[in-house]
Amino acid sequence: MSRPETEDDGSMSAVAARTQTKVPAAIVGSGNIGTDLLYKLLRSEVVVPRYMVGIDAGSEGLRRAAALGLEVSADGVDWLLDREEVPPLVLEATSASVHAANAARYEEAGIQVVDLTPAAVGPYVIPTVNLAEHLESRNVNLVTCGGQATIPIVRAVSRVTEVAYAEIVATVASASAGPGTRANIDEFTRTTARGIEVLGGAGRGKAIIVLNPAEPPLTMRDTVFCSLPSGTDHGPVVESIEEMVAEVQSYVPGYRLLTDPQFDVCHDGTNSDRVAVFIEVEGAGDFLPPYSGNLDIMTAAATKVAEEFARHMIGASR
Amino acid sequence: MTGLVGQVQIRVTDSTLRDGSHAVHHRFSQADVRRVVAALDRARVPVIEVTHGDGLGGSSFTYGLSGTDERILIRAAADSSVNAKIAVLMLPGIATMDDMRAAQDNGASVVRIATHCTEADIAIQHFGLARDRGLETVGFLMMAHSQPPEVLADQARIMADAGAQCVYVTDSAGALVLEESADRVAALVAEVGPDVEVGFHGHQNLAIAVANTVAAIRAGATQVDGCTRALGAGAGNTPTEVLVAVLDKLGIVTGIDTLALIDVAEDVVRPLMDAECAINRMSILMGYAGVYSSFLRHAERAAQRYGVSGAEILLEAGKRKLVGGQEDQLIGIAVELAGGGRT
Repeated sequence: MSRPETEDDGSMSAVAARTQTKVPAAIVGSGNIGTDLLYKLLRSEVVVPRYMVGIDAGSEGLRRAAALGLEVSADGVDWLLDREEVPPLVLEATSASVHAANAARYEEAGIQVVDLTPAAVGPYVIPTVNLAEHLESRNVNLVTCGGQATIPIVRAVSRVTEVAYAEIVATVASASAGPGTRANIDEFTRTTARGIEVLGGAGRGKAIIVLNPAEPPLTMRDTVFCSLPSGTDHGPVVESIEEMVAEVQSYVPGYRLLTDPQFDVCHDGTNSDRVAVFIEVEGAGDFLPPYSGNLDIMTAAATKVAEEFARHMIGASR
Repeated sequence: MTGLVGQVQIRVTDSTLRDGSHAVHHRFSQADVRRVVAALDRARVPVIEVTHGDGLGGSSFTYGLSGTDERILIRAAADSSVNAKIAVLMLPGIATMDDMRAAQDNGASVVRIATHCTEADIAIQHFGLARDRGLETVGFLMMAHSQPPEVLADQARIMADAGAQCVYVTDSAGALVLEESADRVAALVAEVGPDVEVGFHGHQNLAIAVANTVAAIRAGATQVDGCTRALGAGAGNTPTEVLVAVLDKLGIVTGIDTLALIDVAEDVVRPLMDAECAINRMSILMGYAGVYSSFLRHAERAAQRYGVSGAEILLEAGKRKLVGGQEDQLIGIAVELAGGGRT
């Protein structure tokens, strides 16, 4: 998978490799998600957030980023692409339409992009499932929050046995569902269901999202059901799930099983068994409140992807 | 009571084949649907709802798998009705606009779009599509007991602006008591009337679904729901045949043939039921604690599977403020009550 050794061409990633410094990145979008990303990237050992770009000069996110030493601008992507040193990495947390418009310009500028919007210009990536295949993809998309939380579990089951059908329910606090999600909730259900099939490895996928307005806000919860061939040995399924949970925890510390996986025999005439997995996702509380694990798992996954991209760049430049 | 179609004051929607789906574990057959629709239509019920209990796309591990694909049931209903309109329910987050299109293609002409009563804005795109496609639209504000009248009115405004032609105060938990129903309906009428109608959907948990519906009508509701023989989730719904008899005596015209409907309840719907919908410990607790009616059968099953108290599961669901759609969490609660939690 590694790309051929490249010359030290003076690019920022090459400089990072030579000087053993971090790969610079830009955050495009200065809202809550962009701001949470900022705090996560500031802790990174391989990526350094250098620029933040917004469209509102009064943005709180831009103000915070500037105070933390980033170069910031409210002049959008034009400003970013005009920099003398264009960053090799962009993490975009704007909207689907904005990203769709920006994507070609990043491509032209040779920037590798982690897309947190639903635009899905590039392939879907779940870090624990298929990131290794996409280290050189120029643009990757993070599916949905529910997908990041549940597709790893579907994959954990489908790698040890056949999953003809998988279904997930994501419950998120109303306060953590932004206007974009609310305006196009079908996009969540469709995209997540597709991800369950394509990345999770289920024959057919179904996704359900529920918003709960309880106060204090509830922490994100996800339930994953996978059908299993009748008589499936539980041991390897449980072991695979536990391994996957530990892997996700490596970049989302608040990701945990609420109970042991629950096995049942289905009484639906399909002669199959079923496993149910109950998960809670508590956010790290970097900027977004801890209950919004649904948002945290997106920024955590984006950070993880950006870091692996950066390691790959540094490795390739050495 | 005959020939008054032009003077109908209150439109009744019968949801036996939708809310009642919960009570038969989503196992209505094509033959059941044909028989019930034909009988309700002959009794001049104007709108008949046919869908999985949790609406379009509800067939799932979480809510129960349908015995027969709902599109086939909707088609059977449309084929069996001469006058009644066929309605479907959909919950954004469970169903998508594709499901709505398919329902219309199979003969549905009314779509009832339901959200938890603080989340109306997730349905904006669905109301828009429904209107664009010429479907009649009804909005459902579920678990209406959980919010005060002014909050419901604001949410009804969102649905009305999005294209709802009627917005329901939906007492999903059977928790509203008389004036509480009336005050909520009145607040909606003040906000969205008279351009947009206001409706009321009740459950029997506290044995006052008919009384709540009358209170709602007196407060300005012009569309109301029932289920024949009360066949519905939880303690059951407002029994349509009883409601129509009461409205008859009050001189409120529904256009429905009361005596014919009483026969339908006894002769057509009762034989489909495993048992009468009962007001018992579990269902009273649901109304009392404000727990979503559809949770009943799921809580019973989880209680049996894990050897814990169903009542405790429901009370915990109430404590956690679960909303409609969170049936998955009932299993988790049961496991935890059984001592199987990991934290």
